[in-house]
Amino acid sequence: MLELVNVGKKVGNIDHISNVSMKLERGSLNVLLGPTLSGKTSLMRLLAGLDRPTSGDILMDGESVVGVPVQKRNVAMVYQQFINYPAMTVYENIASPMRVAKRDRAEVDRRVLEAAELMKMTPYLDRTVLNLSGGQQQRTALARALVKDAGLVLLDEPLANLDYKLREELRIELPRIFAETGAIFVYATTEPQEALLLGGDTATLHEGRVTQFGRTIDVYNQPGDLLTAQTFSDPPMNVVPAEIRSGKLHFLDAVAPLPTPASNLPEGSCKIGFRPHHAALTPGNGNELKIDLPVAASEITGSETFVHLEDGQSRLVVLSHGIHNMKIGSTVSVYLDPRKFFVFDSADQLVAAPVLNQAEVA
Amino acid sequence: MDKTYNNRAWLLVIPVFVLVALSAIIPIMTVVNYSVQDTFGGNQFFWAGTEWFQDVLRSERFWNAMSRNLVFSVIILAIEIPLGIAIALAMPRKGIWVPVCLVLMALPLLIPWNVVGTIWQIFGRADIGLMGYLLSELGINYNYASNVLDAWVTIIIMDVWHWTSLVVLLCYAGLVSIPDAYYQAARIDGASRWSVFRYIQLPKLRGVLIIAFLLRFMDSFMIYTEPFVLTGGGPGNSTTFTSIDLVKQAVGQFDLGPAAAMSLIYQLVVLLVCYVFYTVMTNVGADKPVEVED
Amino acid sequence: MARITLDKIAHSYLPSPKSDADFSLKEIDHDWHDGGAYALLGPSGCGKTTLLNIISGLLTPSKGNILFDGENVTDLPTELRNIAQVFQFPVIYDTMTVAQNLAFPLANRHVARDEIDRRVSEMIEILDLGDKADRKARGLTADEKQKISLGRGLVRHDVNAILFDEPLTVIDPHMKWQLRTKLKELHRQLGHTMIYVTHDQTEALTFADKVVVMYEGEVVQIGTPEDLFDRPAHTFVGYFIGSPGMNVISCELDGKKARIGESTISLGKAYGKDTGKIELGIRPEFVKFTNKKSGLPFQVEAVENIGRFRIARGSVEGHGITALLQEGEVVPDSPRVAFEKDRINIYSDSHIVEGKG
Repeated sequence: MLELVNVGKKVGNIDHISNVSMKLERGSLNVLLGPTLSGKTSLMRLLAGLDRPTSGDILMDGESVVGVPVQKRNVAMVYQQFINYPAMTVYENIASPMRVAKRDRAEVDRRVLEAAELMKMTPYLDRTVLNLSGGQQQRTALARALVKDAGLVLLDEPLANLDYKLREELRIELPRIFAETGAIFVYATTEPQEALLLGGDTATLHEGRVTQFGRTIDVYNQPGDLLTAQTFSDPPMNVVPAEIRSGKLHFLDAVAPLPTPASNLPEGSCKIGFRPHHAALTPGNGNELKIDLPVAASEITGSETFVHLEDGQSRLVVLSHGIHNMKIGSTVSVYLDPRKFFVFDSADQLVAAPVLNQAEVA
Repeated sequence: MDKTYNNRAWLLVIPVFVLVALSAIIPIMTVVNYSVQDTFGGNQFFWAGTEWFQDVLRSERFWNAMSRNLVFSVIILAIEIPLGIAIALAMPRKGIWVPVCLVLMALPLLIPWNVVGTIWQIFGRADIGLMGYLLSELGINYNYASNVLDAWVTIIIMDVWHWTSLVVLLCYAGLVSIPDAYYQAARIDGASRWSVFRYIQLPKLRGVLIIAFLLRFMDSFMIYTEPFVLTGGGPGNSTTFTSIDLVKQAVGQFDLGPAAAMSLIYQLVVLLVCYVFYTVMTNVGADKPVEVED
Repeated sequence: MARITLDKIAHSYLPSPKSDADFSLKEIDHDWHDGGAYALLGPSGCGKTTLLNIISGLLTPSKGNILFDGENVTDLPTELRNIAQVFQFPVIYDTMTVAQNLAFPLANRHVARDEIDRRVSEMIEILDLGDKADRKARGLTADEKQKISLGRGLVRHDVNAILFDEPLTVIDPHMKWQLRTKLKELHRQLGHTMIYVTHDQTEALTFADKVVVMYEGEVVQIGTPEDLFDRPAHTFVGYFIGSPGMNVISCELDGKKARIGESTISLGKAYGKDTGKIELGIRPEFVKFTNKKSGLPFQVEAVENIGRFRIARGSVEGHGITALLQEGEVVPDSPRVAFEKDRINIYSDSHIVEGKG
């Protein structure tokens, strides 16, 4: 088990990482989710031992590893850029960590073929890396990380530079491959979708702090505060200011009943958040609130349409199934189900989250 | 940032340190030692303080040699930099002629200084040299051994012949690294050949041109072998550059103290001029710091 | 602005191509409307860049002709085709200011000084670069540089077409959306013929009126975003558009019915006897869980919760199938699935077959 205790990293006067505490179990997949510059890479460098924390402690199986150089830790790392030995064949690239460890020939051969098979690189084993596509190069780097038998595998946005269809496929395969090796996996990404597809546990990062750490789907469904909810939402969560008056929520031009968990909130201002797919362009069961807004833009992603609505200070995104060509400037009706609202108090802490079916949470 | 905690890394630096000490630091300290003392040989030394430095700075002979250096370097840079860019632009970017051109360009760089000197010395002689003979047949009175202008022209031609290739190769490397998209965009924008040069190639060559400029300045400012081989600094003192004068004093007259002081001043001048060049050239047209915007 | 006609164009990088496989771009014969927004979409190596280079004049096609407004331009070099292009990496003139960059193509064409000033200030306004007009272009961010590259094309009112070669590659994710919206707005406002090359479905579908999907050197479908989603003309289009992609299952046809292993499903349309490899395509969105006995038995392998919906991966009669579960929906015990009848497409040798009735 790898444990971070109040870890901080200061460079000059700037906090790159502040007060991070996490426990990473063996055989677990841990996603670090946050936008560019939120501290994902800094945290990874600390975990790898490339940098020394300026405060706090890092324990491996209960023993401090601070100051142990990276060469002595059993760590593998895969970066966003494809890093391979350019003049070597795919086979030799994958075999290289075992060659360093002086493993015997038969074992090297067996493990290379195994890893290549997992990464679907078997047909390319004799090619030099320079003659491969980006996706193939990155799979070579991943295979090399796998055969290293590292106790800790760090993946820093490894799929960011790949074609999106390939990314889709690898995202499905990677968690399965990881689970088989029993190492601690840490996977950094900027995309909430990717975190959800990978599953496992997720830590959301914001300006060098971990805002929440827990089971990926739990963090998504029950974000502790507004920052976490916004970090873990793509397309961005719609957040509108609201006011509680005589037991009701008043926002935009609508009035909604106050969700039960929020019934203790004092009168006054709060915030409502709802995900774009919880806003609809057609009425559903009839319990929804209706709001009329002008269309600012619409985007089509293949099977869905993002409709951006803008009205002075408020800007909302609606995700709608199917392909709709919206006229820009025209007014549309948006239907909101109050049961799908997140409610945040005046300190931006979560008080109510959408009600979920038990079977979905499992 | 403390990227590593392995102090043994210092051990790896030792060989370089020893090498630099042997090749630079120890010899320079010896020169410094000589420059502040008077010696008559036989290992007898007397403290001279700054006397030699004052002597050198007051001597007309030193400043004459120095200004010859300066004029020479300015002429060399004015010829070699534009010529080098022009040749690099004219060279093919792809095809079988690329290696041929590159080898032709590299050829002069492979010839030692004194050989270059000797080649031109013989080449220019009216009795046995092809060029000298042809020139005198054409009725041109050419004699580098007696005519100051002829001597200068010969040395400049030698240097241009020897070193323009360096500028060419540097510029060529800079040119081939410009992505095709730039040329394509320029074609689409209807840019003329001159515009392409002025707005794409020249800005992208900035970096290599600074290096070419500095290298050619330092080298031409320290010229020694060519005039030494050709005329030994003559006719008269017309091609006695500082380095030649230095050798005359140190080896010819065995004035080790003044020669040491002179060489230190010489070195300082080269360093200073290079520093000024570098600072000016990297700042001209460089990015102003971008103001922070909210 | 011009209509672009691709008259039986094909290209091979080999000097004397023999078989079909030697062609990087297989024969394409199509007319692109004046003022249309087209996207060339496909994975790397599909021939989209080859086609773009043929339009821009960097490549001369091995076969066929290219016409702008009926005029044959096949042998004209880039500079005489009067096109503009935005490249993958921003191309700007480093030493010039933003305004000088935009004025450059006009000055080269000897447009009058006051006309240049008018158009440049107009363009700076359109591109929202007002406060940066007199800044050196080199200090700007990547998205601002891309706007300048685009602006250099737009200031020329007479360009035949504006070509985009994966222009958002180096743009930060959160800026991509803004730039994409801007492009669309400019297209509507100025009405240039635009051709956009990308491997990203979102970019292609949001930008274009018509998307040209390419696969292994072949144009497999030209259609609106709706066409590509509802009726993919080729199984590759079904796979490439949509996330997750379309389920493709091999089956046998029998009039208005299709047989998958032991099960039979009704198609609502009649298909003739086809000789090729017959496949059925159904998008995961239209695979529904059902209690009816008529449903196909579905073996669940994994359910991935990705937030707004869940993806059920499993198999029907040994064929891998994915289905989407909406929020609140659960996988029943001993699940069965039904395919929405009018969402089923039938493919013969990977190409769509039209049904009757």
